[in-house]
Amino acid sequence: MTQLNQSGWKPEMKALSPSGEGGYVETFTGNRALMLEEPLIFEIGGRETCGVDFVDLPLPLRGEGRGEGAGKPSQADTPLSQPSPLKERGLERATPIGLPGLSEPETIRHYTRLSRQNYAIDLGLFPLGSCTMKHNPRLNEKVARMAGFADVHPLAPHETVQGALAVIHELAHWLVTLTGMKAVAMSPKAGAHGELCGVLAIKAALQARGENRPVILVPESAHGTNPATAAFAGFRVESIPATAEGRVDVEALKAKLGPDVAGVMITNPNTCGLFERDLKTISDAVHAAGGYVYCDGANFNAIVGRVRPGDLGVDAMHINLHKTFSTPHGGGGPGSGPVVLSEALAPFAPLPFVVKRGEEFVLIEEETAGEHHGQSFGRMTAFHGQMGMFTRALAYILSHGADGLRQVAEDAVLNANYILRSLDDVLDAPFGGSGPCMHEALFTDDNLAEGFSTLDIAKGLIDEGYHPMTVYFPLVVHGAMLVEPTETESKATLDQFIGALRSVANRARQGDLALKSAPHFAPRRRLDETLAARKPVLVWKEEGAGD
Amino acid sequence: MRYLPLTPADRQSMLATIGAASIDDLFVDVPADARLSGPIAGLPNHASEMAVERHFSALARQNMAASHHPFFLGAGAYKHHVPATVDHIIQRGEFLTAYTPYQPEIAQGTLQMLFEFQTQVARLFGCDVANASMYDGSTACYEAISMAGRVTKRHKALLSSGLHPHYVSVAKTMAHFTGDTLETATPALDGTDMAHLLDAVDGETACVVVQYPDILGRVEDLGPIAAKCHEKGALLVAVVTEPVALGLFKSPGEMGADIVVGEGQSLGVGLQFGGPYVGLFACKEKFVRQMPGRLCGQTVDASGKRGFVLTLSTREQHIRREKATSNICTNAGLCALAFSIHMTLLGERGLRTLAEVNHANAVAAAERLARVPGVSLATRTFFNEFTLNLPKEARPVVRALADKGVLGGVSLGRLYPGAAALANGLVVAVTEVVTPEDIETLATALEEVLA
Repeated sequence: MTQLNQSGWKPEMKALSPSGEGGYVETFTGNRALMLEEPLIFEIGGRETCGVDFVDLPLPLRGEGRGEGAGKPSQADTPLSQPSPLKERGLERATPIGLPGLSEPETIRHYTRLSRQNYAIDLGLFPLGSCTMKHNPRLNEKVARMAGFADVHPLAPHETVQGALAVIHELAHWLVTLTGMKAVAMSPKAGAHGELCGVLAIKAALQARGENRPVILVPESAHGTNPATAAFAGFRVESIPATAEGRVDVEALKAKLGPDVAGVMITNPNTCGLFERDLKTISDAVHAAGGYVYCDGANFNAIVGRVRPGDLGVDAMHINLHKTFSTPHGGGGPGSGPVVLSEALAPFAPLPFVVKRGEEFVLIEEETAGEHHGQSFGRMTAFHGQMGMFTRALAYILSHGADGLRQVAEDAVLNANYILRSLDDVLDAPFGGSGPCMHEALFTDDNLAEGFSTLDIAKGLIDEGYHPMTVYFPLVVHGAMLVEPTETESKATLDQFIGALRSVANRARQGDLALKSAPHFAPRRRLDETLAARKPVLVWKEEGAGD
Repeated sequence: MRYLPLTPADRQSMLATIGAASIDDLFVDVPADARLSGPIAGLPNHASEMAVERHFSALARQNMAASHHPFFLGAGAYKHHVPATVDHIIQRGEFLTAYTPYQPEIAQGTLQMLFEFQTQVARLFGCDVANASMYDGSTACYEAISMAGRVTKRHKALLSSGLHPHYVSVAKTMAHFTGDTLETATPALDGTDMAHLLDAVDGETACVVVQYPDILGRVEDLGPIAAKCHEKGALLVAVVTEPVALGLFKSPGEMGADIVVGEGQSLGVGLQFGGPYVGLFACKEKFVRQMPGRLCGQTVDASGKRGFVLTLSTREQHIRREKATSNICTNAGLCALAFSIHMTLLGERGLRTLAEVNHANAVAAAERLARVPGVSLATRTFFNEFTLNLPKEARPVVRALADKGVLGGVSLGRLYPGAAALANGLVVAVTEVVTPEDIETLATALEEVLA
């Protein structure tokens, strides 16, 4: 029988006390057990290394003539039906690109090691307010990869892609139904692109009326994309203040309405996590003044299946499929931002879109637009939108069904309120007194010890094994912490998170200096962002390759 | 419901903690007449994984997948073989289910990958710097035009007739609303409009936009137009919709382009019926503060270790709001990762070989197809895509070929509806996935359809 305790460690020895900076022993490699350092591909790859085999080269590339471009020698009077070789035109690449290559095992290891330096929903609660980091169902990944969707060309003849067009049409139907709107533009590539779509539709509608209204009103609690989008589309942005209870100041908004106002952009539920209960009143006032209502639908997940924005007088709203409908965030994209439109704006929707004629699905592109859709404001992107996100979002909708979607909104709101009421004794909840929140709970850095801020709480949460909440947004409160748990977290997970945030908040209130240097246990300590911006290093350069 | 962990008992206990009698109490701020009383009309209740999968399988079977047929479509989206490694890695949850790396201490994986991606793109395009990606090539193209306006303080852009018509349409949509002036033209089968562009650049031109290779597959030296632009104080924007071409061809940056944008779909991403794709955006270093989109930069952490962060965000909407360089927020992170992994597997030698195989296949196909009676080759210098002039309208020919199980190309009639001079044009893309048998099948089918 082998020795049971080969290490020789005995309980009475306790843990050996660590040494070195940060409380750990310096290692030769810089690794710390499962926390593995990884160099750049440029530092480990080679010019000759290749992780792809080309063993069945076509005839012209075997033996003689390799790299000569076209296989046949050219003649000065080459007829037009004969291709001419590249070198003749001096276009062939003469200098190396400088791309490192890795073999397959090296590639797998490089990216696997990098992946382990990331936090992700799959690892734990990811409570970024307004970002809706919910579980990404794996069925959706499987569906999106079916060859009939993933391996289909966007310009294939319509007759050969009826099933793909059917998916777009089916998703469009449910988006329109869930929002109570008239139509939907499917092509916008992400939320901000959807905002642009809605704002351009408003501009097109005004142009059709022969009116030039240069102003868009945006509440100060809005996402930065709202004013940026309005400005990008050529509008002047005017800000609307919030009331003390965190909602749009209706009277201030009404006072700004007039013949120069094209419309308003309102987020509902808003970025303080509150439902804009006066939205219908606002819509009516805006419409009476000749303007349009754009709703930022980033937070639609709080009300899906329970409230239809169309019933609140909204003219356009983008839906982030990567938020409400669970398509993966992918480390920053791709997103997808279909825009639902009211009857007033539907005629101005961008091209292309799918219609059903009898049993056949048809993609309306430029060529037919002139006949029937002359008011369309045009094309926003090549091809027709984020198909890979459409399949995933539709799978999500069908999986949940009518009962499940309603439960999604209810559980998202329940989870957020549970966090709000479990922590409002240690963290300042600025609008906690004005009633329940929707899908996200807002706190501020009021009540912390001198010199301690939201950032310290965020970094402390990292050491507790969580991704921090959204910080310093919205701008309407000081040191905002916006916590959105989503509906896919269990009560046990929430309870542990509440305990962790309570602990970190108490440390910040007591002035625990260790919090100022957190995180201590992440792959990196706090990073010098000032240095990064002052002397930008945006690409890798060989040492000694100049500046 | 398999995605919702709360039990009825959990809900009751949580409501008690909150001090609410029922879930409806949490929705009190929704006006009563705006609350839906029942479930969404027409939507069935929740479905099993198996049932949903069956629904999609049935729809997927109604589409002709590229891998299942002789396949020759391009025109801005290309079918390449994507190594299995790529899809494996992008499905790792740490990449797939991460967010924008706003907390760099726990997002070094995404950040380092973006830094590597930026370097790969900058080198491929022959530029100093690249950003962390845009939505796609078409929106990147408009952003480049917009950026050229900011740099030059001028508002006229000349778009080459060889620029992808969808890219032109996107730019037109934006210009219509911003008031910028765009000069555009329809391509001709008998030559590019480079001579015209050289003449047309003047002191009011913000930029000239050329595609390389262009929509008909033609490749042309960008050196003269770059020099002319610089002489007039304008920028040259080059658009690359098939980055594999740069394994064999000089990069636009080497030839003097100031901003190079492109569609990165052909490496790692796949066809996906048009999206999501990945926009590539690179430029000279001196313009970096006018760039749109996210940028990843190198720095150090508190213990002196190298690390990466998102940087120069004072250009961006979440800081600058209405004064931002663009309204873009999301990039195409996961597609950028797919691009970067595929590029890493290829490396310098692999990309060169891949480009050579593409070109050789395309030359073989062009030679064979030009022997089909009545068909002539309209593109002389090309990479992996060329235009055929058919003896009749190409659109119905494409449909007839599809009936024979061959996806034979993109008709210019689809891309340029109403342009009679182009109606007989067929754009044919030939990549490494095309076999000699595929070429023969297309040629034979084309002979039959044209007979």
